[in-house]
Amino acid sequence: MDMFIAALHMVIEPSTLLTLVASSLFGFAVGCLPGLTATMAVALLVPMTFFMSPIAAITSIVAASAMAIFAGDIPGALLRMPGTPASAAYVEDSHILTKRGDAGLVITSNAAFSAIGGIFGTLVLIVAAPALADFALDFSAYEFFWLGVLGLSCAVFVAGDDLVKGMTSLMFGLLIATVGMDYTTGHPRFTFGIVNLLEGVSFIPGLIGMFALPEILRSLLTPGHVATVAKIQTRGAWRKTWEAGKRYWGQMVGGSVLGTIIGALPGGGADTAAWISYAMAKKTSKEPEKFGKGHIEGIVAGSAANNAALSGAWIPAIVFAIPGDTITAIGIGVLYLKGVNPGPTVFINNGELFYAVFIVFILANLLMFPLGSLAMRIAQVVLRIPRDLILPALLVLSVTGGYAIDNDFFGIWILLGLGAMAYLMEENGFPIAPMVLGIVLGEIVEQNFMQALISSNGNLLGLFSRPIAGVLGAATIIIWTVPLLRWIWSRFVAAPGVPASGHRGHE
Amino acid sequence: MRLIDTLMSSRPLRLGAVVAALFAPLAAPAVAADYPSRPITVFVPYPAGGGTDIVARTLTGLLEKELGVPINVVNKAGGGGIPGQTAVANAKPDGYTLGVIASDISLYKPQGLAELTFADMTPIGQTNELVGGVTVIEGSPYKTMQELVAAIKAKPGELKATGAAPGSNWNIGFAGMMLGLGLDPATVIWVPTQGGTAGHLDVAAGNSTFATASLAEGRALIESNKIKPLAVMSKQRLDSFPDVPTLKETTGIDWTFALWHGMVGPKGLPDDIVAKLAPAVKKVAESEEFRKPLRERGFTPVYRDPAQFREFMAQDLSEMQRVFDQLAKLKQN
Repeated sequence: MDMFIAALHMVIEPSTLLTLVASSLFGFAVGCLPGLTATMAVALLVPMTFFMSPIAAITSIVAASAMAIFAGDIPGALLRMPGTPASAAYVEDSHILTKRGDAGLVITSNAAFSAIGGIFGTLVLIVAAPALADFALDFSAYEFFWLGVLGLSCAVFVAGDDLVKGMTSLMFGLLIATVGMDYTTGHPRFTFGIVNLLEGVSFIPGLIGMFALPEILRSLLTPGHVATVAKIQTRGAWRKTWEAGKRYWGQMVGGSVLGTIIGALPGGGADTAAWISYAMAKKTSKEPEKFGKGHIEGIVAGSAANNAALSGAWIPAIVFAIPGDTITAIGIGVLYLKGVNPGPTVFINNGELFYAVFIVFILANLLMFPLGSLAMRIAQVVLRIPRDLILPALLVLSVTGGYAIDNDFFGIWILLGLGAMAYLMEENGFPIAPMVLGIVLGEIVEQNFMQALISSNGNLLGLFSRPIAGVLGAATIIIWTVPLLRWIWSRFVAAPGVPASGHRGHE
Repeated sequence: MRLIDTLMSSRPLRLGAVVAALFAPLAAPAVAADYPSRPITVFVPYPAGGGTDIVARTLTGLLEKELGVPINVVNKAGGGGIPGQTAVANAKPDGYTLGVIASDISLYKPQGLAELTFADMTPIGQTNELVGGVTVIEGSPYKTMQELVAAIKAKPGELKATGAAPGSNWNIGFAGMMLGLGLDPATVIWVPTQGGTAGHLDVAAGNSTFATASLAEGRALIESNKIKPLAVMSKQRLDSFPDVPTLKETTGIDWTFALWHGMVGPKGLPDDIVAKLAPAVKKVAESEEFRKPLRERGFTPVYRDPAQFREFMAQDLSEMQRVFDQLAKLKQN
């Protein structure tokens, strides 16, 4: 208790509180701008942390990253342009809800469930960090391979109505993920001699292109069609969010738990967490048919998951200095810089400081509520502007974002190329969500598969040789084969004489 | 784009810099005598938050005070660092576009990825190194480097090493070490990992036998007794790990390997501009304000002046070329 009071004293220091608010606003602004990621927000803060007290330095990193991940949802909802990759999973639902006039609900839900996910992750961090970090340490390429495969299975849930088109889209994504230096041989693959492709197709410009460009093109190609701007209802927004929380509390908890676990595994990140939680929410939902068409349930799960992942990533970071994502990688550097060496003894040696850090985590997440209200005001302004005026600005913002991530014009070509491809796909009924999922997970699956195979001298059974990997592998195979077996059963065994007309309808 | 660059730098609110940058193109061409008279752009060929970026931001933050003009750090990332380093090489040699580059530049030509080498740059000053090491899991049967080497010789094709993707940094450190020992690197299975920390983690998870990444990247794992350091690939022992012997001490071979960073300008940067920049970089690179945060990150501060830096980069490139040539020869046989 003494430690807690000492920690509280460190936090209510005016300079700490000021840092908290200032970095939150900074993270909020960065997150709102497409192309600028939470990682970039944190990286830009690093030189300033040199001049801060240890607690203020860590505060700035925690607050800016949490706020950037939440704020990334806002342009997704308003402009169908995810501000950070972590918001991509549910951007479709957010944007459709906004078009229906429910921007208030979307933004307050993003704020509220982000905060809840973040706080949940923090509580796990406080209570179970050492145990969970030890667990995460047992994960190697074998386990990550199966996790990636499980993640890819989620494509079925985001594939839309036509499974074949959905799978085609996933294959496009996986194909795009193969571009770049081959991980096992160091040989350039599908780069056509272009050095800009050595590290693969740059993801952020691609993401902006795939979501924002089709929207812009569609509006351009249907002139005269003035979209009636739906009035944004702000008054009832928080109440509606409360109701959504009550109704979908299971998804909220599920998203928080999944997010924390995925975040704690080195290599998993906020974007993967959001995708998997969204798919899980759809799988467990009573009304899965509404997903992707403007349904709040997936947003509840996804918003909670990406912020929970952010907190979860600090578990291996603090206990073993192993970064779960790029944000904690920078955070670890700042910890060392401030003379706080991460390690299992950190809770003993720097107990006060870490309790203070945890208080900051919680305060930063609570700040999302007022900033959510601020976001709603911004939304009101943005949505009041006629669509014809927004579109050119949106195009400029997209192109700037595509350029900004690497400060390279090549990003703009990627944006335009993938954007045009996404437009053609959507016009022909191919969903783009599976393609994005393929790009996100393709690399994870391939690299870990090759790493595992090389480690086991090419023995495929090696993929089941470790206990956790064995369980994950068996689970994956069961998930894949059960629907197949069920289909065979219903077609050939259960009703031999009856023609299976119901199935033919799908083909 | 200048405005964006300024906004993206570490001090988004410095209005003066924005205004100065906006009007800069209107100013008369810079004369070396009053250099520097306007903001300088420093390219970092890697993403924000990485090792090179941290070095660059720490360096430029202090260099601003020495030179008296704002310095904007621009991360021109992707493409294995090639587009960013090419941008530095092709910039106008007026001293207003510089770069902080990394040792990867010595790998492009030997691998046939790009023609770009140190010769396309004007060296200004080297700032630091990150020395490679060898780690095994705690409780490993190999307690010393000699025992590990004996096992590699005794059981060809059975042990596994890790720490980087093939053909990149710590993999070259490994290959050079094996060649130095008179062994074929192919007798150890190289497990690719994404970066040094992931390599140490693979060792800690009980998969690979040893990792050849820097000890700094595995510091917390070493301190929490998950992995054990056997050697460092430097000439002298490191201050941060005084108990860990060098490769020379334990195995008698001369191979050393470190990643490095330094500041350069485009090819053909006038001597009088270098003469102004080099002392400023030297002063910062040797200051405790610069060295302390770098040491905390695990880097070893090493300063080399322009002439020494050029010689060092030339030597580094020929060493890398030698390693790749030897590897190619082994593959043919």
